Amino acid sequence: MPLLEGADKACPRVIVSERSMDENRTGNWRTLRPVIDSGKCTGCLICWKLCPEACVELTEKVPRIDMDYCKGCGICVSECPARCVDFVAESAA
Amino acid sequence: MLEIRFHGRGGQGTVLAAKILADAVLRQGGKQCLAIPEFGVERRGAPVTAYARVSDRPILERTRIHAPDALVVFDPTLYASDILTGLKPGGTVLTNGAEADAARLSERAPGFRFLAVPAGAIALELKLGSASSPIVNTAMCGAAAAVFGLSGLEALLECVREAVPVKAEANVEAARRAYAAAREALHAPA
Amino acid sequence: MKKVLSGNHAAAVAARLARVQVAAGYPITPATQVFEALAEMRAKGEFPGEFIAAESEHSVMAALLGAATAGARTFTATSSHGLAYMHELLHWVAGARLPVVMVDVNRALAAPWNLGTDQTDSLSQRDTGWMQTYCSNNQEVLDTVLMSFKIAERVMLPSMVVLDGFTLSHSYEPVDVPKQAEVDAFLPPFRPVLRLDPDQPMSFGSLTGPKDYLRLRRRMAADLAEAEDAIEEVGREFGELFGRPYGQLDAYRCEDAETVLVTSGAVGSTARAAVDALRERGLKAGNLRLRAFRPFPARALRAFVRPGTRLAVVDRNLSPGAGGIFASEIKAALYPRSGIAVHGYVTGLGGGDISVELLQEVWERVDAARGADPAPAVWAEDAR
Repeated sequence: MPLLEGADKACPRVIVSERSMDENRTGNWRTLRPVIDSGKCTGCLICWKLCPEACVELTEKVPRIDMDYCKGCGICVSECPARCVDFVAESAA
Repeated sequence: MLEIRFHGRGGQGTVLAAKILADAVLRQGGKQCLAIPEFGVERRGAPVTAYARVSDRPILERTRIHAPDALVVFDPTLYASDILTGLKPGGTVLTNGAEADAARLSERAPGFRFLAVPAGAIALELKLGSASSPIVNTAMCGAAAAVFGLSGLEALLECVREAVPVKAEANVEAARRAYAAAREALHAPA
Repeated sequence: MKKVLSGNHAAAVAARLARVQVAAGYPITPATQVFEALAEMRAKGEFPGEFIAAESEHSVMAALLGAATAGARTFTATSSHGLAYMHELLHWVAGARLPVVMVDVNRALAAPWNLGTDQTDSLSQRDTGWMQTYCSNNQEVLDTVLMSFKIAERVMLPSMVVLDGFTLSHSYEPVDVPKQAEVDAFLPPFRPVLRLDPDQPMSFGSLTGPKDYLRLRRRMAADLAEAEDAIEEVGREFGELFGRPYGQLDAYRCEDAETVLVTSGAVGSTARAAVDALRERGLKAGNLRLRAFRPFPARALRAFVRPGTRLAVVDRNLSPGAGGIFASEIKAALYPRSGIAVHGYVTGLGGGDISVELLQEVWERVDAARGADPAPAVWAEDAR
């Protein structure tokens, strides 16, 4: 049985990370991908407002979803008033 | 050690009175005082108890006082309940009332020494509180300081002035008049 | 300068003297006066710290978790159900190694409803990683709040300063209030090594696996063991500066005592009067008051006892199904020392008086109980 030996103070009091959360790419959690139909999008920004990952970007008239971070939660799919976000299986995309 | 129990009603300032007396003892110097309010909820009008211990040595006992040497009674209607319970034989009762009240109480409860100070009348003269509920705490402080030798008049008056939130000068005057009345009652022939 | 202060006001004055930067609070009898006093000081410009009136005790501790992570010196006070409601965040704050100082004013837990003093509220939090110190008078409340900041910031663990509801919290007595400059010399500003800082971004408290978690808890245990020394050292330093030394234990007339009352909180003060009364009758009585409960002063206690010592432990608390909590912990700390009897007395729950007379009777019973089985707790109360 391994016993914890040596200086107990070798362990820090807390473990912190100084690395940027940008590195924590959560896109690989996704199994379903939101796809915006730019023809139907009204630019209401509801998806931008409600995205819990804050990965909907407003660089263009039609929002762009950053797939490096989108976890595929589907909130934008169910909340879009114009029903312009489709949810498609990741393998088929 | 002198152990005093205070009987008043919620809203009369019984607890503040105990604090003022502790302040006065400290200001006077030489003695220690521990002032203890009754433990728990206090409601306006309900009977309220507070305690004070005064001693030449550091006070260690941190409990209610069950066998006091003396009582200070803010409201004479409280005699309807058993407020004399536990008072040591020969104990002093400083009561808010007229000289005749003290005589009547002495007949009813022989074996104790009743001293009356007209704190209610003093408070009304100085417009402290209303006729139905005069604020007698500062007057009773003055009387208690004199009767139990807790502090000199000047030390007491300074403590009253610092402690009361409103009508400071009227309260100081109430304490002054009651202090004088108590000294008179104390030295009156029995 | 000596001032007449209640226990609650002594705590608030200490928080001001400690230059607390963030105080948060939610009212509960009998601790509310601590914030009332701080709010009054803030209104007068005497307390420059931030003051957060939170929507619950849970939020109070969450606010202090954030403020302390950002490097602020933090303070609160609560009691009974308020403390119970904080429970989850107490673990968070200790695990995050934040030196929050909190006053707990002991009060019984419902049901039935009761406002009287009872240590079960604070003792229910014994496994959270918070240090706990029990005070016996209002001077000690002020002094212990100051010392607790110093100890907490040295070992980076939160600290609970415990005082008896009403018996101390609402009672007035003279307290020596030190000068600000003296306190500043004793207690330097809080400068944590790590803190939440937008210019140096870091993430705190992330998901951890069992191997790291085990080692982090081992470190916490090691730091609590160090806190036993820190309490002694800081207590000595405080004594040198202010003339009032403190330690984990406070022994009174124990030198030749074979039977010793073991007390905590304000009962430890009344017990000195009981010991004096017993001594006047020619009896060899002593009183051992435990100031520290977490870390439990096991080393100091083992050094204190001698073969043949009988301990009469007075518990104003109860772990239902186990008995008095101090008695249980003392038995565990002294195991397997033979020849030392630990007698547990459960009394004064819900604010009952633990009087000089009651304490003398407890001492006499234990002193006479030679060879008796001390295992079950005895339940007792003041006759009046």
